[in-house]
Amino acid sequence: MSPRRFPFTRETALLVLAYLYVPVAVLIVYSFNANRTATVWTHASVDWYGRILVNPSIQAAAWNSLVIAVCAATAATVLALLAALATRRAFLGRGASEAVLNMPLILPEIVVAVATLILFVSLGVKLGLGAMVAAHTAFCIPFAYLPIRARLEGISGTYEEAAHDLYANRVRTFRRVTMPLLWPGVMAGFTLAFVTSLDDFLTSFFLAGPGMTTLPVYIFSAIRAGISPEINAISAVMLVVSVLLVSLSFFLGRLRR
Amino acid sequence: MTQVPPSPAVSIRTVSKSFGKGIYAFRVLDDVSLDIGRREFFTLLGPSGCGKTTLLRLIAGFETADSGAIAIEGEDVTARPPFHRPVNTVFQSYALFPHLTVEQNVAFALEEQGMARDAIRRRVGEALEMMRMGAFARRRPAELSGGQQQRVALARALAPRPRVLLLDEPLSALDLKLRKEMQIELKMLQEEAGITFLFVTHDQEEALTLSDRVAVMQSGRILQMGSPREIYEAPTHRFVADFIGDINLLDGEALPGGGVRLDSGTVLPAAHAASGRVTVAIRPERARLVPAGTGALEATLVHSAYLGTAMLHKLELPVGGTFLLRQSDPAEAAPEAGRRVGLSLPGEALRVLAQ
Repeated sequence: MSPRRFPFTRETALLVLAYLYVPVAVLIVYSFNANRTATVWTHASVDWYGRILVNPSIQAAAWNSLVIAVCAATAATVLALLAALATRRAFLGRGASEAVLNMPLILPEIVVAVATLILFVSLGVKLGLGAMVAAHTAFCIPFAYLPIRARLEGISGTYEEAAHDLYANRVRTFRRVTMPLLWPGVMAGFTLAFVTSLDDFLTSFFLAGPGMTTLPVYIFSAIRAGISPEINAISAVMLVVSVLLVSLSFFLGRLRR
Repeated sequence: MTQVPPSPAVSIRTVSKSFGKGIYAFRVLDDVSLDIGRREFFTLLGPSGCGKTTLLRLIAGFETADSGAIAIEGEDVTARPPFHRPVNTVFQSYALFPHLTVEQNVAFALEEQGMARDAIRRRVGEALEMMRMGAFARRRPAELSGGQQQRVALARALAPRPRVLLLDEPLSALDLKLRKEMQIELKMLQEEAGITFLFVTHDQEEALTLSDRVAVMQSGRILQMGSPREIYEAPTHRFVADFIGDINLLDGEALPGGGVRLDSGTVLPAAHAASGRVTVAIRPERARLVPAGTGALEATLVHSAYLGTAMLHKLELPVGGTFLLRQSDPAEAAPEAGRRVGLSLPGEALRVLAQ
């Protein structure tokens, strides 16, 4: 016999799912709407997808988003890898170190964004791509750190002892055993950091400087001029990319050792 | 002309090791010294927590001793890291690299030693053939059974031809039948390869079957070291007698000039050079059942178990406590449970142990 179920479990689950995903579904459906007014449905079309592909300001914004995400995710992953290796063994202040590393997950982003803006301005740092990469790197670190750390904990220290026993010194052991076993975690961390940077709006908005946009910043400014089907189309593309990357990260994190 | 005897394969001098600090410090090894001869199959035997694995890890170089010295074939290795010691280890968990194939695992050490490609290929082939794993060269460890992984672990540790092979409870993960097979195979392998084996186990039967010499450890010390026969038949400590096989232990007082007066008042004619409180030990197979009133001790038969090759009788002593007796011919008539019987205890089978 199947275990007793609470009544209306299925109905409740469906309601919650609808609550979560109806807005997104509407957005995607309307991105295929031929009508210029985004809220009135006429007939299906992929025109808007074609338009965003040839729109030069969208292309520039997408390119900026991509450059920032690649740079910030790479830097964050390297730092997170070093941090994960450094906090591997127990030491006094290990808990505190991890709390500090994961702080960006808890701090209100608006506060950090404003603080960074004030700091950069008072130091005379030029706003724009460089400033954005620096700020993105900082808040991407915990997203890269967590999967790497989880993977590292799953690797038994016996493998490294075995490598030492088979005449590999510390550097060789890291290259031939630790790093290959850690690699799926590193890739998962990179992907998660990449998506986090790609989707960021607040920090980018504050640090963009004149004439500089990323995709989320572009969407925000475009929407002030009115909701257009073009916005729906870009949003749908971003959604698909994000979901794909997060799935990839999840898959990499669970990869068999 | 005098010949200098070769230095022992492993020489351990007054090694001590503690874990933890201050009041939490726990002494795992307490002033241990021992020599392991070349080509010897030497076993460290003891219950968990006795320090046997720590001693193996000190020889491998995974731990450093607080004091004392370790030499391998005469060379002091005390301060050397594991990758500069001519020993290899078979781990309890095997620790095969999951991202490498069987042959890449076996080749690992040879590559680190900088051996030429052709020589590596030949040596890997030989090692896998010796363990009858040649057909599995391209597999990953996850695709192998426990017994097959065990063979690969052995091939990997033997391929670099170490001076000493360290085996840390390598058979404990195998089921009983496979374990028995591997025991025989290990022994043959050791004779064939001509390498010193240092084997760590808590299984006394395994230790007796395989070893040339056994060291019985308890609480970080070696209590007794000797051949399996010596350890079994002439234990020098109560703990050793109790840990190895079944034994009956009878407490009493040593009489000057020989003999022991048991707490029940009976005097046993056991030879000894002790004084004060002692324990008389006798193996179940050395005592014999005799008619009541004619033996050294009286007892009541509680239960008899048929073992196929023998009968095992459980008896109750009048002063309390049980006595095990193994009757080697199961066809021989045995008394019924509840009957009073006599126990014949031959003097040469009695061991007197200080308490």
